[in-house]
Amino acid sequence: MNSEKHTKTNRPRRTRSFLLFPVLGVLCGCFVLVLLAGFLEAQVRPDRSEPPALAPPPQLKLPAVEKRALRNGVPVWIIEAHEVPIVQVSLVVRAGAGTDPPDRFGAASLAAAMLDEGAGARSALQIADTVEFLGATLTTTSGFDAAAIRLNVPVQQLDEGLAIMADIALRPTFPAADLDRLRQERLTALLQARDDPASIAAVAFSRIVFGRTHRYGTGTIGTEATVKAMSVEDLRAFHASYYQPLNATLLVVGDITADAVVPQIEQHFGAWSPTAAFKEPAAVPVARQLTGREVYIIDKPDAEQSQIRIGWVGVPRATPDYFPLLVLNTVLGGSFTSRLNQNLREKHGYTYGASSFFDMRLSAGPFVAAAGVQTDKTAEALGEFFAELNAIRMPIAADELAKAKNFIALGFPAEFETITDLARRLEELVVYRLPDDYFEQYVPNVLAVTAAVRQAAERYIQPSRFAVVVVGDRKTIEPGIRALNLGPVQVMTVDQVLGP
Amino acid sequence: MRLRIAPLLIAVCSLPVSGQAPAVRPLEVPYEQFTLANGLTVILHRDASVPVAAVNVWYHVGSANERPGRTGLAHLFEHLMFEGSGHVAEGAFDTLLEAAGASSNGSTDNDRTNYFIDLPANALELALFLESDRMGYLLDTMTPQRVDGQREVVKNERRQNLENRPYGMASIELDRLLWPPGHPYSWPTIGSMEDLTAASHEDVIAFFKTDYTPNNASLVIAGDIDIPRTRALVEKWFGEIPRGPVVQPVMAPPAVLTEVKQRTIADQVRLPRLYLGWLTPRAYAPGTAALDVAAAMLTNGKNSRLYNRLVYETQMAQDVTAVQRSGALGSSFLIVATARPGRTVAELQQAIDEEIQRLRREPPQAREMQRVINQIQASFYRAMERVGGFGGKANQMNAYYFAGAGPDFFAEDLARYTSVTAADVQAAVLRWLPPDRRVELIVEPEKAQ
Repeated sequence: MNSEKHTKTNRPRRTRSFLLFPVLGVLCGCFVLVLLAGFLEAQVRPDRSEPPALAPPPQLKLPAVEKRALRNGVPVWIIEAHEVPIVQVSLVVRAGAGTDPPDRFGAASLAAAMLDEGAGARSALQIADTVEFLGATLTTTSGFDAAAIRLNVPVQQLDEGLAIMADIALRPTFPAADLDRLRQERLTALLQARDDPASIAAVAFSRIVFGRTHRYGTGTIGTEATVKAMSVEDLRAFHASYYQPLNATLLVVGDITADAVVPQIEQHFGAWSPTAAFKEPAAVPVARQLTGREVYIIDKPDAEQSQIRIGWVGVPRATPDYFPLLVLNTVLGGSFTSRLNQNLREKHGYTYGASSFFDMRLSAGPFVAAAGVQTDKTAEALGEFFAELNAIRMPIAADELAKAKNFIALGFPAEFETITDLARRLEELVVYRLPDDYFEQYVPNVLAVTAAVRQAAERYIQPSRFAVVVVGDRKTIEPGIRALNLGPVQVMTVDQVLGP
Repeated sequence: MRLRIAPLLIAVCSLPVSGQAPAVRPLEVPYEQFTLANGLTVILHRDASVPVAAVNVWYHVGSANERPGRTGLAHLFEHLMFEGSGHVAEGAFDTLLEAAGASSNGSTDNDRTNYFIDLPANALELALFLESDRMGYLLDTMTPQRVDGQREVVKNERRQNLENRPYGMASIELDRLLWPPGHPYSWPTIGSMEDLTAASHEDVIAFFKTDYTPNNASLVIAGDIDIPRTRALVEKWFGEIPRGPVVQPVMAPPAVLTEVKQRTIADQVRLPRLYLGWLTPRAYAPGTAALDVAAAMLTNGKNSRLYNRLVYETQMAQDVTAVQRSGALGSSFLIVATARPGRTVAELQQAIDEEIQRLRREPPQAREMQRVINQIQASFYRAMERVGGFGGKANQMNAYYFAGAGPDFFAEDLARYTSVTAADVQAAVLRWLPPDRRVELIVEPEKAQ
């Protein structure tokens, strides 16, 4: 996994400071060393004419994943990590927002949020009290592709943690009063999102690219109407359908051994049995692609910045072009030195940061390029965005490509540092059904990317068909945006785009 | 005192225990510390769990060192540190690091400016070259154009985080009300727009010469490193940088609130928000651990007193947060709550005051105390896993060193919390959170909304 480009030929170097000082340090003690260091270094300055050559990259010893299963068939994947006396147990369930019923957008998210609001014989307050007393964290979450219950607990308290985790996963009670409380919390959050230009831009962009009926056109928590409509029965039905042993995987990472932990988990999750009615969740249909460029200005009177989102329907996580797109996006807007950030931030100072992102889900999620730019430079910023989106379709210089590949490949070990990191990486394997050798092949796959980047750019970055969403002070920005002639311009209020 | 994870959970010993032999490990962070002839303090810690390393530099200067008229200079300067130096072309700092699989960032607060480079272990010398070059040779290539470029970026950072964010301007008002005029914490670290406009190339040069000196900095390197070799590399790259003048300590007028200071500001928001603020002792001073425990007891989790009453039971608030912001010259304790539609900040304030009054009258329950302390304890263990970033061990070691403690203060720091008693919490609330000497700031919806 070495970098072709940046492992420079070794030049003769002054090595005195390398060899001499450790020896002196041993012989003379720190005080003398400090004096000598100053004296010698004053005469022997390091050669700064070129950056030091990199030593060969370290080999990451990938942690071994031990795959077991409970008697009811639930897979249990285990990584032993003994640095701190903590263990994380994650239950991943294929019950994301992609499985929401068409008239109940937000069911998956609300069902997950309700799991710890009452379970088994325990109330919401009892669950919270027990978890905190254990020094644990126990969270429930749901994205578009999956739900997860994550227990992070001092290893000595694992058994008690598992007991409460099994309660909330298998025996939630969905108390009506707690549902009403979360409903009000979510309705208020939807209301507050309309205060924040960045939130408005994100919600409006999804709505415009995917439409009102496609699941990806609405955020995971749903709309005011669906949140108001959600009943205890809806959530019970959702839980019964999808929180099933055949639809779940347990991940255990931390200061345990596989042999000891499996019987412990069996004790709490072993009695969980599938129901006859279980069906694999249906796939989210691939959204219809945009055909022509349109511009939407959403008025936020007197805003000091314009929030810009540009893009269209991207790719699913299972795309064969995953690695070319990873490299491509790193060049375009995936790192600090990426083209969008260099142009809009470093060269022009229009923004605090510009970026781009392929949000890859089970079905094709959005590709989006984004920035908040100062109001009086909105049109100029849009011009630079499109200059870069067009330029990325041209051949990329070899050193720029190598930089991006090395940034991803050489930075890979840092993604395995903590127990939580490891558990997240395993979740990714589970949710997207990635092959067993995915981590082993990750770096070679990144480094193997060459001409495919150009093909990926031509196919997936087509600026003439992108939606352009700008949330800002209409009276100031509209004339400049119209003068760019990007395409038809629609001016909307926040309520028009998000509903009253 | 060496703390272990076992003794603190005595109260749950009767619960079924796992089949594991309990893993009992102290919060040990062995390190080597030395000072170069130029005054640079260096702290090395080996943790080879993954082949990465963290290079973490603190310059002991922040916005508190600024003078009125030039607020925001320390943070603007932080941006300029990434723009190139004598032997590093503009843009090359980040390009070289990314090509090596490394990432970097920096942050500025009232008291200090920190920089980190997280890297694969093989790139250590590259990071030391870059870090030493900007410590030694930043001004060689500094130009007015470079200052102008980052001035615009910083103004957009301010617009994004303050002007264009709901409730964003409240933090500026709060600090202006909490601290007396002229106090170095009374102005925002990001600076005023006028002062950012006024900051000059000459200001930047002067700031570097007085404050960005090796004798005003500390360097922590943690991770998969060889200690003797790393020491030699540090001496090689940093040893030649000349010592700077003695840095003058920041002088601050006494800060005491003697009355209730009320203010209401308007914003483009739908829901009103209440901020209550008090002045509390400086970081690590007696009483601060008890106040951190009080903050958690008030708003962490469904059973915490304010969350339970405002968000869970009465549902008059959408959110409530209590936090102590610790600083070298003094700290502040904040309670922030947002009213639900149809509810008022007056209702929030009354409920909050009743709950604080209850803590003044009687000490917290034993289980409440243990719940908070067990959470704090576990968070110390989780924090031992990562070496880099703003939340990693390297940065925390620098923080402890900066505060005048040993870089391995972890166990003692935890002991500050585990030794807090219910009576301590009551006493701290009584002394430091009085109802008649505080700031009451309200952000209310603009009339047009």
